[in-house]
Amino acid sequence: MSQSAVNGERDLSAPTGDAGVDVLVQRLEGDSPVAAVVRDLIRRGLIVGPLLIAAGAIFWGSAGASSVAFGLGLILFNFALAAAMLTYAGRISFALMGAAALFGYLIRLSLIFLAVWLVKDASWIKIVPLGITIIVTHLGLLFWELRYISASLAYPGLKPKTKPIGR
Amino acid sequence: MSSISTTAVQVLGQLDADAQKAADAASSAGFAYGLAAIGPGIGIGYLVGQAVQAMARQPESAGQVQTTMFLGIAFTEALALIGFVVFILLKFA
Repeated sequence: MSQSAVNGERDLSAPTGDAGVDVLVQRLEGDSPVAAVVRDLIRRGLIVGPLLIAAGAIFWGSAGASSVAFGLGLILFNFALAAAMLTYAGRISFALMGAAALFGYLIRLSLIFLAVWLVKDASWIKIVPLGITIIVTHLGLLFWELRYISASLAYPGLKPKTKPIGR
Repeated sequence: MSSISTTAVQVLGQLDADAQKAADAASSAGFAYGLAAIGPGIGIGYLVGQAVQAMARQPESAGQVQTTMFLGIAFTEALALIGFVVFILLKFA
């Protein structure tokens, strides 16, 4: 394997798949935009967390509040784990990142199932607010984050903050 | 004696019916959860495959593709989470 292949550049002499693309040796370089996006998701989740917990306490009492907190923590942990797996696997190779995304999906679903299964009979858990929190938090944070995602090559993660002209 | 045994059989039959109903509900909920996880699994597989191919063809746009891929995975995973929540509501609520 040549040095260019090790560094993630395209090596034309390497065994390739479709149309000269070798996903086994190419890898991500530099900062991970996914990590930046997930840091932002977690920050927003922590901002709205107290409001959601208060809503849970109002509608379902203390068990509702703790269920909402548990569900919120579960979703934020799920995001963080997904980003960590994709980032670390992507630094090894694109192919491993694909495998991490697929098996990570199974692993994370299993972990969520296991976490809910372990606490389902606890006195401080109510299933309805927990389920509502899982769906609403997951989708709500994602849609909120979509407003701040940049799809430009210069800023592939989060959009830079706008600065007034002339400063 | 005969009436006692008849009543016992009726009670056992009722218990069996309740147990059968609970077992049916549990298996239906598990089946629904399994079905709900299949679709997003296929979707994530396709999404990640295309994203990896795009990153390999144009490494300079890997960051942009990775961001889009992550959001796509998260939105697709929401379908599985909805299936999971329906499962826990049917099973435990």
